[in-house]
Amino acid sequence: MERLKLVLQYFQSNSESISNGICIVLALVSVKLYTSFDFNCPCLPQYNKLYSLGVMTVPPIIFFFLGVLVNRHTGVMMDEWMRPVGNRSKNPAVVKYLFSAMLQRALLAPMVWILVTLLDGKIFICAFSVSVDPGLFSGVPNNTGLDVIRIMAKVPCKEDVIFQNSSFRKAVSRYVRCYSQAVGWSILLFLIVLGAMGRLIKPCFEDHAAFLQTRYWSNYLDVEQKLFDETCVLHARDFARKCVVQFFEDMTEDSILHLPHPPFISNVSERWEEEEERLHGVTRQEQMDQLLNKWYYGKPELDVTRIAHRPRPCLAGGNLEPTYLLGCYY
Amino acid sequence: MDKFRMMFQFLQSNQESFMNGICGIMALASAQMYSAFEFSCPCMPEYNYTYGIGLLVIPPIWFFLLGFVLNNNVSVLAEEWKRPTGSRTKDPTILRYMFCSITQRSLIAPALWVSVTLMDGKSFLCAFSINLDIEKFGNSSFVKGMSETEKIRLLARIPCKDLFEHQEIRVAATRYIKCISQACGWIFLLMMTFTAFLIRAIRPCFTQAAFLKTKYWSHYIDIERKMFDETCKEHAKSFAKVCIHQYFENISGEMQSLHCHRSGQDDSGDEGEDKRSDEDKLLGIRAQDDMNKVLWNWHTSKPALALRKDQMDGENSSKLNGKINEGFNGFANGHAHETKKREWAVYYSKV
Repeated sequence: MERLKLVLQYFQSNSESISNGICIVLALVSVKLYTSFDFNCPCLPQYNKLYSLGVMTVPPIIFFFLGVLVNRHTGVMMDEWMRPVGNRSKNPAVVKYLFSAMLQRALLAPMVWILVTLLDGKIFICAFSVSVDPGLFSGVPNNTGLDVIRIMAKVPCKEDVIFQNSSFRKAVSRYVRCYSQAVGWSILLFLIVLGAMGRLIKPCFEDHAAFLQTRYWSNYLDVEQKLFDETCVLHARDFARKCVVQFFEDMTEDSILHLPHPPFISNVSERWEEEEERLHGVTRQEQMDQLLNKWYYGKPELDVTRIAHRPRPCLAGGNLEPTYLLGCYY
Repeated sequence: MDKFRMMFQFLQSNQESFMNGICGIMALASAQMYSAFEFSCPCMPEYNYTYGIGLLVIPPIWFFLLGFVLNNNVSVLAEEWKRPTGSRTKDPTILRYMFCSITQRSLIAPALWVSVTLMDGKSFLCAFSINLDIEKFGNSSFVKGMSETEKIRLLARIPCKDLFEHQEIRVAATRYIKCISQACGWIFLLMMTFTAFLIRAIRPCFTQAAFLKTKYWSHYIDIERKMFDETCKEHAKSFAKVCIHQYFENISGEMQSLHCHRSGQDDSGDEGEDKRSDEDKLLGIRAQDDMNKVLWNWHTSKPALALRKDQMDGENSSKLNGKINEGFNGFANGHAHETKKREWAVYYSKV
């Protein structure tokens, strides 16, 4: 339990590791799906190849789309690519970086499916048993009325009657599985060599400084979008609370206004101030709509000097009046 | 147990992940139900097709409706749809957005049932065994002398292991239909995934700004409803406390008040504070008719989405409030409200 918690905490620590975690989960799901899928070769000459190649190619496509869908970077990349320029210039390198990161992660689960099917061999046997030359093996069942092609097409089906007490089927299956595993291992080796070469050679060709910048700004975009969503949620909460209380207030009769002091203000004025601050001055539907519109059509520039150097109030001397001094950091 | 507790805590952390959790649980329930369900084809020509296709189609419809029932947002959507316009205009895009998100979540369990059924192949076998061309599957000499109805009756028995004698043909035919069923299942999954991909990955190309707006306001409606319920609960509690206190005071008359003065000297401060905070929570609503009016108006005439700026100085705020009220709340007696708000502005100033 503790280990699981630690692992989950590690994966949730930043958005890159969340994406990696989801990618690995999808790969595990693809392995589990393969083991639980009941592979059912039709054992008919016309349909064997079609079925096998279908099972080998359609699930990887599905996993690819799923990988693109569940990746957070897809949304960030599409936003950055499609947005109007506004006050913030667009950086195509960031979009390219996000695209390649998304693509690499989305390709893992399909590759895992393909490798698992090749290493297992059932699909190859179903697809290519018809192409094997039966003369290579002894014990071809020739007492049935069927021609050679149909016999070979039945090789993937263990329980078929014609192969009882015959080692022919097992020999052919082993032969084709051997080919399938060879292809699987070669593909795996090729991918690993490609990855290693890419890692080793990349520093020779790229500008590392530019890469650092691109990586920083892609991470920034992701965090900014998350924070915007969170701020919207908090704002909606405060807006709702105030709207409801205001509604109650509006419904009261005149009696409350004859009291010397509206009683509900005295105790909650501090909390009220804090909440007003959280509203950031956005208190009407039109203002909120305009804010959301501007967030998309005119994203602000990447410059926070104004708010970082805003003068803060501090208490000077003995009096409690807040004074505004530049450079006062209380 | 520990694992379940942790999972529940994580799922309840926010509304979205709670809904996703319910969605996931329903999907698992549908897969589990399929494996626990004992599929028994009737093996009769008149009923095979109905049974097979019925089992493919009716449980998904049931899961879809169950998804709507379990989703809290359905009542929010219905309320927003049916409410009178009042002071707040209705936005059809928000209704569409809420409906789409509810539908998307409800479609997952039915889709899983359909894919699991197709991958398993039994329902296709039951439904389509009578359409097979039995000559393709091996030595079919036994059907030579049969009439059409007898042949169909024989074919209808293929899904039942014990009723069909020629095992070789039965196995070959089962494999064939299962292969077609699995191909249909994979194609169905591919179509669903591709559609989801189009909706989620390509949509930002078209309506991103409007999407931000509808997402914010639909989330706002949900939160506002919760806040209203919370405020009502708090109000009811304070109302009850004050009501009971008043009742006791009225019943016992002077003795109670004398008793209070004598023994309550030390903790009168706390009591007084509690009483005041309860009175505060009443927000000025102190009678049953008033509360009824509040609850009635909450549905028939929702307030405008415009908060008063109470921290500004007196004159400005009164003018602004008057304008806001006239512009959005549409009160006929805007002038009367202007006078009222001016009084409040004086009380709110910090001087």
